[in-house]
Amino acid sequence: MSELGLFFAVLGAVGAALVAGIGSAKGVGMGGQAAAGALTENPSLFAKVLILQLLPGTQGIYGLLIAFIALSKIGIIGNGAVSLTLNQGLSFLAACLPMAIVGYISALHQAKTSVASIALVLKKPEQFGKSMLFPAMVETYAILALLISILAINGIL
Amino acid sequence: MAENQYIYAVARIRAKENSLLKQQTLDQLMSCKTVKDCTNILTDYGWDCEDKTPEQFLSLEREKTWSLMREMVEDMSVFNIFLYPNDFHNLKAAIKQVYLGKEIPAIFMKNATVDPVVVLKAVTEKDFSLLPESMRECADKAYDILFKTGDSQMMDTVVDKYSLEALYKSGKESKNELFATYAEMKVVAANINVAIRSAKTKKPISFLKEAFVACDTLDIKALTEASLAGLESIYAYLENTAYHDAIQAIRKSPSAFECWCDNKMMDLIRPQKYNPFTISPLAAYVLARENELKSVRIILSGKLNGLPEEAIRERMREMYV
Repeated sequence: MSELGLFFAVLGAVGAALVAGIGSAKGVGMGGQAAAGALTENPSLFAKVLILQLLPGTQGIYGLLIAFIALSKIGIIGNGAVSLTLNQGLSFLAACLPMAIVGYISALHQAKTSVASIALVLKKPEQFGKSMLFPAMVETYAILALLISILAINGIL
Repeated sequence: MAENQYIYAVARIRAKENSLLKQQTLDQLMSCKTVKDCTNILTDYGWDCEDKTPEQFLSLEREKTWSLMREMVEDMSVFNIFLYPNDFHNLKAAIKQVYLGKEIPAIFMKNATVDPVVVLKAVTEKDFSLLPESMRECADKAYDILFKTGDSQMMDTVVDKYSLEALYKSGKESKNELFATYAEMKVVAANINVAIRSAKTKKPISFLKEAFVACDTLDIKALTEASLAGLESIYAYLENTAYHDAIQAIRKSPSAFECWCDNKMMDLIRPQKYNPFTISPLAAYVLARENELKSVRIILSGKLNGLPEEAIRERMREMYV
């Protein structure tokens, strides 16, 4: 039973990195397509559109962070795996879920907002500051998910 | 159509939209004294007018739009809805050319889904299997009408109907709101035009049945009855449709109605300026460019023919940007 506990804990950690990472990869890819289109017509916008492209990439980093914390907690990284009950393993899995799910969904929505903001910068480059705020707003929810996942993981053991 | 398929292309279009002509630019063009002054302004906007006639540079600008689309869109068949009328125009031209037995220069239109050479070969050899399925029946019928009756107006009516039906089918099957709206507007405009012309020339019901194309927003049965009853009945019928605001333009003149149709289309596609996904912003750009070319052509021909500014202004379309 203790092995199954460990399995679920690792599943949660890997899932957070995997799912949020997929979301970010898709998101940065979408931003990249828009950025490439923007640069084809106006190469001087490189720095501005690069920042907008990268915004949906943070969810992948948060997922990785959660995976590190969870794997450290259960000893996979460090002194060797600890023994976990099934309950504790499932708790780790549940604790990682906010980052995995919210990370994935927020990355896609942030990407859409970034793409729209790149269009805004193309039309009005002077509005870059404001255009960055719109995708940044979506980031709030990824940060909230990150926070709750960290608190939950730290509360298990 | 996948939402994310056109992100790159739409971003480029957003930048291109910056160089579309604005209302103020058209006002500037209208206040020019000569065509030369107009071309100087257009050159500032990146138009290649140097040593070219208006027809040449307008055609060059249209070609620029399509080559941009070809560069960005892998499968150009998404734009077939804009090209079907050119196919059917080429079919009409080929049949007339074969009927007359002499070559008519510059009669065929480029940017069609079927090569005009193939259309001409199909008509010359009377082998309509060379044409796409959607054109075969039309070609056969139109060929028979012209060769048996010599009635080119009837042939035009038949081909126009098939053309609109192909366009309408393509729009509705595209599952894209913009294409569906475009198809609906095109068919509605054609039906209203047929109704008005038929009422004025007292065409029989057999002609109306042949000319009207079914669509979602007009009741063809009611429009047929109204057309037979006269102009006022058509206005009364339109009063209860989504096109009641067209009545004033229809009453004014055919060109005012044409202008109303183009403005309505611009109103319908304008939200695409804020849509960063799908093929719709690209299609809207193509339509906006066509609208722009039409407006510049009106101004230039007005200048060439010495029309007063007020007369030109009356025909001016609203711009996309």
